[in-house]
Amino acid sequence: MTSVGTRAARKEDPRLLRGLGRFGDDFSASGQCWARVVRSPVAHGRLHSVGVREAAGAPGVVAVATAADLPPGLLIPVRLPLQGIDLGAFLQPVLAADVVRYVGEPVAVVVADDPYAAEDAAELVDIDIDEEPAVLDAAAAAQPGSPRLFPAGNVAADFTLGYGDVDDAFRRAVRIVETEIEIGRHTAVPLEPRALLADVDRRTGEISIFGMTKVPAFNRGVLASLLGVDETLIHVPAVDAGGGFGVRGEFYPEDFLVPWLARSLGRPVKWAEDRAEHLVAVNHSRQQSHRIAAAFDADGVITALRDDVLHDNGAYCRTHGITVPELTVAMLPGPYRVPAYSGRIRVVLTNKTPCGTYRAPGRFEGTAAREQLLDVAAAELGIDRIELRRRNLLRPGELPHRRAITTLDTDMVLDAGDYPGLLDAAVGEAARLGYPGAVDAGRRDGRLRGLGVAMFLEKSGLGPQETADVLVSSGGAVRVLSGGTSLGQGVETVLAQIAADALGVDLDAVSVVCGDTDLQPFGMGSWASRTTVVAGNAVHAAAQAVRERVTELAARMLEVAEDDLAVSGGTVSVRGDPAASVTLAEVARAAGPASKYLRPGEPAGLSARRRFDVAHMTYPYGVHIAVVDVDTGTGLVRVLRYLVAYEVGRAVNPTLVEGQLRGGAAQGIGGALLEEFAYDEAGQPQATTFIDYRMPTAAEVPPIDVLVTQQSPAPGNPLGVRGAGEGGISAAGAVLASAVRDALGLAGSVGRLPLTAARVQALAAGSTDIQPAPPLHHASPHQPATWQAARTEGSR
Amino acid sequence: MKDIRQIRLRVNGTEHELAVETRRTLADMLRHDLGYTGTHLGCEHGICGACTVLVDSAPVRSCLVFGVQADGCDVRTVEGLADGEELSDLQQAFSDHHGLQCGFCTPGFLMLAEAYLAERQAAGAGEPTEAEIRELAASNLCRCTGYQGIVDAVLATARARLRSGEGRGAGRGARGSRDAAGGP
Repeated sequence: MTSVGTRAARKEDPRLLRGLGRFGDDFSASGQCWARVVRSPVAHGRLHSVGVREAAGAPGVVAVATAADLPPGLLIPVRLPLQGIDLGAFLQPVLAADVVRYVGEPVAVVVADDPYAAEDAAELVDIDIDEEPAVLDAAAAAQPGSPRLFPAGNVAADFTLGYGDVDDAFRRAVRIVETEIEIGRHTAVPLEPRALLADVDRRTGEISIFGMTKVPAFNRGVLASLLGVDETLIHVPAVDAGGGFGVRGEFYPEDFLVPWLARSLGRPVKWAEDRAEHLVAVNHSRQQSHRIAAAFDADGVITALRDDVLHDNGAYCRTHGITVPELTVAMLPGPYRVPAYSGRIRVVLTNKTPCGTYRAPGRFEGTAAREQLLDVAAAELGIDRIELRRRNLLRPGELPHRRAITTLDTDMVLDAGDYPGLLDAAVGEAARLGYPGAVDAGRRDGRLRGLGVAMFLEKSGLGPQETADVLVSSGGAVRVLSGGTSLGQGVETVLAQIAADALGVDLDAVSVVCGDTDLQPFGMGSWASRTTVVAGNAVHAAAQAVRERVTELAARMLEVAEDDLAVSGGTVSVRGDPAASVTLAEVARAAGPASKYLRPGEPAGLSARRRFDVAHMTYPYGVHIAVVDVDTGTGLVRVLRYLVAYEVGRAVNPTLVEGQLRGGAAQGIGGALLEEFAYDEAGQPQATTFIDYRMPTAAEVPPIDVLVTQQSPAPGNPLGVRGAGEGGISAAGAVLASAVRDALGLAGSVGRLPLTAARVQALAAGSTDIQPAPPLHHASPHQPATWQAARTEGSR
Repeated sequence: MKDIRQIRLRVNGTEHELAVETRRTLADMLRHDLGYTGTHLGCEHGICGACTVLVDSAPVRSCLVFGVQADGCDVRTVEGLADGEELSDLQQAFSDHHGLQCGFCTPGFLMLAEAYLAERQAAGAGEPTEAEIRELAASNLCRCTGYQGIVDAVLATARARLRSGEGRGAGRGARGSRDAAGGP
């Protein structure tokens, strides 16, 4: 029975459907008290004093702590130092001591017997701040005369990635096309807010922390170093997590405060943020402005690409350091043949919530900029926009393609694939599903209907390693201990499928524990679409090693040669003599400590630990196509059709791959059209509820069509898998910008995402002088005749 | 001084009697006082719907209701849907249609849909349209699935219950067909 490649039911489903999942706030310990973080009410200022007397005397209060009570000099370190850039001058303290730099910055923490009392007492903490001007605009903040957030200034990093003689190529260009686009500030907003329970064992000093997800082994190390204890005194067990998408599970101030309080008080301490806190405390993302230009030759072939990016990182550099800006400029050339490239990015600090990664970091932003540029270029060059892309995409024979760029500390080698082939397949699929017809029909009815197309390159499978243990119990149950973590994607199921096949057992026999730091201390966690690739191949290797050991022991038991044995369905049998067999449970018992089958010196137990190490990422790719209606009266953009085409290498579970793509697209629709963290001129956040932070509901998300291809297995790993976590969102901003631009018949770029009602109304008002309402055949750069041709080519 | 009242209520058929502070929400009371942690809090201001439970058969956002308001009421939570390990038809349909990923919003969607389907059945309504189910699903937020699996699961359950023609308002025992599984 082969499990990999099937639509196996998820192992996680029964417990989650029965309400038996255990999320952070579902853990409690007897005698626990509750922490409430007191946050800065102003965006920028000198912290004069934090008065705690009244709060400390309030009913039920156990303790109140400010920066003065903490060990001195605590700064949260960068998890991913990149490009040799030192961000030490811009790190966030656990509690602000002298200066507050954003609304929501932790300045104190109150602990009480119950959460209501803690919240009441938190309001009694008297914060005295001498307000200073809030720096909110990245361009202004980057100017020398701007008020400073830090003695070192507001520009945390200014670097350029690229290769080739870009200036020369622009000098020689036949046509130069340039445009600008801003990406709005938004973020992941998983449905489960953050929550932690720190339980301390007073006999040993060991702390167990429930609710730390994503990178538990790394966070354990950070916490051990900040607390000054050995890492073996910290245990992070596996828990269920209500979505991650990049933000959950990074090391935040609360990840120090809660365990520190538990240790200091000798009591379990629990903390659960509310949504208003979450929206100002958890990493924001995405906010950038791009000025991007391409040089073309006479045939519409790109000879150089240049981008100048301002990245608004909010008030501090957090654990992600410059990950998002680095990925933005590293991935910007995408799947195209770009002979010379220069991507400059300035990482600017402002008095807003600090930023980190959100699903497809840097790619959502960069893809939007590059693909808008190509749409504008297609119009200016008079070339159909799909044809322009086809001309410039790297062809299969040009892969592997090495770019003289490093990203995430790896050399960039686009490994394999057929980019033009997938573009044609996507266009064909959209045609088959009636997208072009829907556009024509809508326009005949007088609607402002647009079609968007965007191509993207993804990256996944970041190393350097992942470790897995596979163990077989004396009852024949197979247990996988993975360092990949489960944030709700279905990782347990995928890893179980891989283990089942590699070991030769049924899927039902396999259970998976993800990210328990005692059970798997060498895990690197789940991010960067790495888990199926890196953790999956580690599980594959460990399960294969167990299978070899099973064969070895079974050969001794059955007194036959190993080559004569076959493992299937949890049974080892002699080829040609199925009656001569032993079960996996029998083999596991034969590996028991007093077994006669063990040779002197052989350790007892049936298990293996294996490490999968990988030097390069793998680069999946895809296409988004969307049809939208724009109502210039209301400014509303309605997404009518949406296709994600994606090359995944090999789908371990196609249903889960499709689910990742659909869910990603839904989030992307939010980021492209609805969600934005706005601030007023004083730096007060304007979106601190789900009324103001507008996530898409079922009313805004259409059924998402999905075309998953498995034409190009990843050459860099035995399973051939490419990550699936981010391809659903990578080009969402790009494709909806493309579609709205098409609907409105804009000559230039849409200028800014999200395309909120106000933005669309402004664009529509502006567009009337550029072009009248666009019947497809005149105004759109996309000609139906070409579409027809593409459809024929792409149809299968 | 805490204002504490003694209340009685039934949760998933079990009688509970407890002292609860008057300002304590029903959600906190269910989760932390009675241990029904399947009811989740996603926003605590009545938008996301993850905390939806049934109070006397009506779907209620338990973050917006005080625990004392449930005095004398019959409350159903997600823990009451399955029959032991046997998933209800609606729960099974969510799994079959990949209507959940992280599972955090799922209890709210299940309880919302359960109330909706029961109400339609009581009214003798026919098969709902996809648009009707989508409008229902738009009451709550999900950040993982893109909603299609949720809509498909509720629609499939509505159809199956109509076909079976018997009362399954309790949502017990009727397993959905695995044939319904899968994507396009």
